[in-house]
Formats: sequence, C-alpha cells, structure tokens
Amino acid sequence: MKRAVFNNNWVAAAMVAPQLLIIFVFFYWPTSQALYWAFTLEQPWGGGNTWVGFDNFTALLTDDLYWYSVQVSVVYAIGSTVLAIGMALILAVFVDRQLRGFKAYKIGMIWPYAIAAPAVGLAFRFIFNPGAGIMLYFNEVFPGIWDPNSNGAHAMTMVIIAGAWKQVAYNFIFFLAGLQSIPRSLLEAGAMDGARVLRRMRDIQLPLLAPTFFFVLVINITDSFTDSFGIVDTMTNGGPARATNLMVYKIFNDGFQGLDYSGAAAQSIILMLLVVSLTVVQFRYIERKVHYT
Amino acid sequence: MNKTIVSLAALATAVWGSAASAEKIKFEYWYGLSGDLGETLKETCNRFNAAQDTYEISCVGYDGYELVVQSAIAAFRAGKAPTILQSFDAGTADLMMSGEFYPVQKMMADFQIEIDWDNYFPGIKNYYSSSKGELFSMPFNSSTAVMYYNVADLEKAGVKAPETWEDFEAALKAVKAADPARCAFGYEPSVWIDLEQFSAIHNIGIATNNNGYDGMDTQFNYNSTLHVKHMENIQRWVTEGLAEVKVAATGATSQDAFAQNVCSFYFGSIASHSSVHLKAVDGLTWDVAMLPIYAGTTRHNSVVGGASLWVLSGKSEDEYRGAAEYMKFLATPESEKWWVAETGYIPVTKTAFDELTTEGFYTASPYKGREVAMQSLTITEPGPLTRGYRLGSMIQTRAEWKSEVEAALAGQKTMQEALDTAVERSNVMLAKFAKTYDGKTLP
Repeated sequence: MKRAVFNNNWVAAAMVAPQLLIIFVFFYWPTSQALYWAFTLEQPWGGGNTWVGFDNFTALLTDDLYWYSVQVSVVYAIGSTVLAIGMALILAVFVDRQLRGFKAYKIGMIWPYAIAAPAVGLAFRFIFNPGAGIMLYFNEVFPGIWDPNSNGAHAMTMVIIAGAWKQVAYNFIFFLAGLQSIPRSLLEAGAMDGARVLRRMRDIQLPLLAPTFFFVLVINITDSFTDSFGIVDTMTNGGPARATNLMVYKIFNDGFQGLDYSGAAAQSIILMLLVVSLTVVQFRYIERKVHYT
Repeated sequence: MNKTIVSLAALATAVWGSAASAEKIKFEYWYGLSGDLGETLKETCNRFNAAQDTYEISCVGYDGYELVVQSAIAAFRAGKAPTILQSFDAGTADLMMSGEFYPVQKMMADFQIEIDWDNYFPGIKNYYSSSKGELFSMPFNSSTAVMYYNVADLEKAGVKAPETWEDFEAALKAVKAADPARCAFGYEPSVWIDLEQFSAIHNIGIATNNNGYDGMDTQFNYNSTLHVKHMENIQRWVTEGLAEVKVAATGATSQDAFAQNVCSFYFGSIASHSSVHLKAVDGLTWDVAMLPIYAGTTRHNSVVGGASLWVLSGKSEDEYRGAAEYMKFLATPESEKWWVAETGYIPVTKTAFDELTTEGFYTASPYKGREVAMQSLTITEPGPLTRGYRLGSMIQTRAEWKSEVEAALAGQKTMQEALDTAVERSNVMLAKFAKTYDGKTLP
C-alpha cells in the first residue's frame, strides 16, 4: 500500500496550525485556567486570589450533595444512553428493512438532532406538564401518578426522555449507515439458510454493527455528561430538591450564578477526569470485544 | 431614480448622524430587567438621550439580574465593562468586597451635582449604603413584598383581610369551608418573602453580626427563630390542603393562579401589581395588604427589594460625568413618577411619593393599593435587624434554603431538619466567602 506523505514538514505544520490554534484557544487555555482556579479561591471581580491547595477538592469530595450530583449524573448518563441507543437501533433496523414509507421516516428521524437542547427542553416541558395536556388526563384518572415538580424520580425520567429523544437522531444516522454497509450477500446467504428476520438481525447485523455501536456508546456517554445542561436548565433547573442537579448544571449554577468560580473550576476538573477515565475504560474493556471488519 | 435619491439621502443621514454622535460622550448601561419592565427601562435611556445632546447612553438589556451580573463580571475582567450596572442585592457582596465601583454619593459630590439624599426613604437608602452610611449605589427600582387577596372570596367566606398569621389560617379555613374545591392559598417557596421579609417585619435576624453588617465571621441562625414555626405552618397548610404549591413547573406560578382566579391568596412583590392587573381575568376583584405578622409581635418595617444602579471602576472622567448626569435625570421627580406609574415599583424619594399622593395617584385603579408597600417599608425606622442583609454568597445560600424547603415540602424530611441542613451548608459558604476575601471587611 502506498502511503501519502508530506515531504515538506513546514507545509504540514501550516496545514494543521489553524486546527491546533483552535484547540489551544478553546480547550487547552481554558482548561489550564480552570486548573489554576481550582487550586485557589478566585475573587469574581478580580483583585487577587489565594492559593488553597486541594481545599476546593476536599470540600467537594466530602460533600454528600456533590456525590449525590455525581450519582444523579450517572443515572442520567446510563438512562439516556440506553434509551437513545435502544430506540435508534430499533428505528434504524426498520428503516434498513425498507418498510413502506421509510424514506420519509429517515428524514423525519434525522431532524431532532438539529433542534437546540433548550428548545427540546421547552417542548418536553409542555408535553410533560402535569397540569395540562396529556399528562393531565392521566393525573385525573390516577391522581398523583405524574408529578415531576415534587417527585424527583418523575423529574429524572422526564429529563432522560428529553435528552434521549434528542440523541436518538444522531445515533440513528450512524446505525443506519452501519447497517447499510453490511454486504447484502451476507443477509441473503443467511436467508437462504433459512434464518428469519430476527435471527438474521441477531446473528449477522448486530455483530457486524459492533464498531458503530462502540463509537455511538462513547459519544453518548460523553455527551450525556457534558451536553445535558440546556435540557436541565429549561425543564427543571436542577430540582425538585436537587433530583436533577447534574454535574454540568451544578458547575453552571455554582460558578456563574453563585459566583463561586473556584468551586466550579474544581468541579470542571473532576468532570473532565471522569469523562476521560470513562472513555479510557470503554476503550480498554469494551473495545476488545469489537471486531473491525 | 427615486431609489437613488432615497439611498443617497440615507447615506448622507448616516454619515451626518455618525459625525454628530461622534462628538457625544458615549457610555454603556447594562440592566437585568426583561419583558415589559425592560422595555420601560429602555425608554428612560431614550428620554435621557432626547433631553440633552452632550451624552449618549447606550442601554443593553439582559434576561435577569444573575445574567447581567455574570456578564458584567466577564466583561470587567476583559476590561470592557459598562459604566453603569443594574444589580440586585444578592449579587453585590462580591462587588462591595472588590471595591471596583465608584460610590454614587461620592460621584455626585465629585461632579457637584446636588442630590438631597435625606429625601430618600431611610429604608431604601440604608439598604444600599455602607455600614458607615455612605450610599454606594443609586436607588432605582425598589419594591417590597405584600399579600395579594381575592376580595370576592373573602366576602363569600365572611372574613376580612388577615393581619396576623393566625387570622390568615382562619381565613384559609373559611375559604375552604365556603368552597372546598377552591385553592385557598397558592404557595411558592420564596426565600425573599418567607425568610428575609418575614424576619424583618418581626424584627428578628437571619444571621449573626446583625445580619452580617458587623463582621465577616457571620453565621446563619434562622433555624432557631420564629421562621421555623412559620415554615412548619406553611408545610402543615400544604399537607392539610389549605395551601397548594403553585410554581412554574406545575403549569401556573402562584401569581398566574391568583390572576386566573384560581387561588384566593398569593404573596409577591409590589412590582407585580401591574402584572396582576394585566393578567387578571374578567371579574377578578382583588386588593393588596401588608404581610401578616404573628399575634403578640410588633410590626417592623419590611426590607426593600428590586435593584439599584452601580457605577463600575476604571472608566474615564467623561463617562463618569455622563453617568452622573443620567442619574441626576433619573432622580428628578418627573422621571421618578413616570417610572413608578409605568411599572409597579415604588417611589424612592419622599418628594415623589408626596406629589403622587396629592395628585391622587393612589386613590384610583389601577394604582390603588400600591401605597401599601410604602406603608410596609416605612412603618418603623430601619433598625439593626431590619436595614438589610450584608451576606456573601447570597445567591448560593438562597438556593440552599429553596432546595431544602422543597425537600421538606416533598415529604423527604421535616422542616426543622431541612432548615438545619440549609443553615449548616450556608455557613460553609459564608466561611468560604470570608476566606476568599481573607483579611478584608465588608464596607
């Protein structure tokens, strides 16, 4: 195989420079600032800061409510990822089978990804409003069956559904692409051997989809930790009684609203380490089971 | 042909306009009022620009006080802060500690602008002053909490507007007896009303050191005051069905539920007086009264809410002169009366209030009832426990109270446990605040 190489390294450097610059400005620089703030007590209006070592971290790690926030984030991450991947997979398999009207569905299914998270949150707030619309009927038949304003589990369910709904579209595109890259001949061979639809899915399509599945899993987990802010902000504001106070929302709340810049910086560092380590774990232990064709 | 003339004319106007405005001294003003109130505020800027041609104020609106404060901080750190910032009480402790502001009283004196500071209501002036009495920020949109009640419901139940919490509970029962399906009290947890206003009118503190004025080593103590009993009462009313929790997430805020003739009582800011008028459904008869007190206690003045105008440091003398002129403009009785009539806010000077009263402003609908707020604010001279709160991390400590009270209302813990936790956690934040500004004292 012939490898394409640049003979002139300066050209190569010039080509990647804009990208590196963007990463530096929007990632490395803010991260290093956050790292510095996390070890100090920063005064919001400037005017100096005090070095406090690991104080901010110990304060967080000994705080029950911080651990509660971590716990809530993990529940959200697992819930929304399972739901988003599961739904996307089912939808993609059916579109791939080219059932009637699949072209229209395909486009319709991609759209939600183009909707901004706060808009999703607002729409679902209407849908899940216990005092109006469809949930009102349920509440009239079974009083108290749906009360996201005082019941934390209900609020979490609501946020998970909204978050997953948005993510389904993204996953769908990848699953569909993955399914369509599976050679038809394999499926036809399976059919000739007498395997029915479900059997072909289980034994041929899903195993061959593993690389896509792995990619989507990593993206979804990361996304659910870092990108859930808009939905929480519009739907629950982290409540009731902190039941949906996800880590990323807590950072915003403490830092930007509460002006506790240092505490928020320390939380960002912890969140970053968490996401990095989760990704490492996924690559080490789950990727082993993935066979790239 | 015509088009060419029009565009040439437009171009000429643009060039001429920018040349003319280049001679004006420009400065920025960022504010946090949004919606109708924000539009009205913007109008004060237009009126100022139209009234003189030396200065040009450019007003930028944000969606809420928290957002405007956080944006101003980010801009300040980048050296692009506005000259004037509208900020609310909870956001200003950090600003006070940083010293990055120009006290308005000093600024007005430096520019030889005469303002009769004694003309300001003491409750309002004290709230925005240092512990030594120097006014830091310009009083502007002030309010206080009042009780809104449905006149028809109370008549039907045969009760008068309650003046004590005991009578309030009796009134709730009477409303329920008259119509069991009625929402007697639409309750929305509000730290500003349930804790801060409540404590002031009962002349009890919420924290040591006279609510933080006397030192940085302050501790909250509202978990051992009358506040606990009050919150337990509210919780009991919710459990007994006398009160219903009405928040945005239930579909209607307590204010909406009141204006839609669903609930008989609601507690809110006097600034909502005009909103309730706008939202009120046909046939709703309502009035406002001072917050109830517990029987056997003496009523004290309530504290002021709303926001004030801060002048930030690091600006040129010209910009400061512009800011001073704008504030002088706002302080004229005409501007003040216009602002008061257009919004639900209360007049901040005695002159404006007296003139409005003689003009009969408070006797006719839709403004009738707003004088209750003045009465509530001025019923006593502000004392050490009723002049305000000088506490750090106030946004976070208020949020702690709210989360814990929500947890208690959801039945996860008792009210006493909830308030204990809120106090304990808030004290950690106060300690952290003190450490951030190690060795400094609140002005």
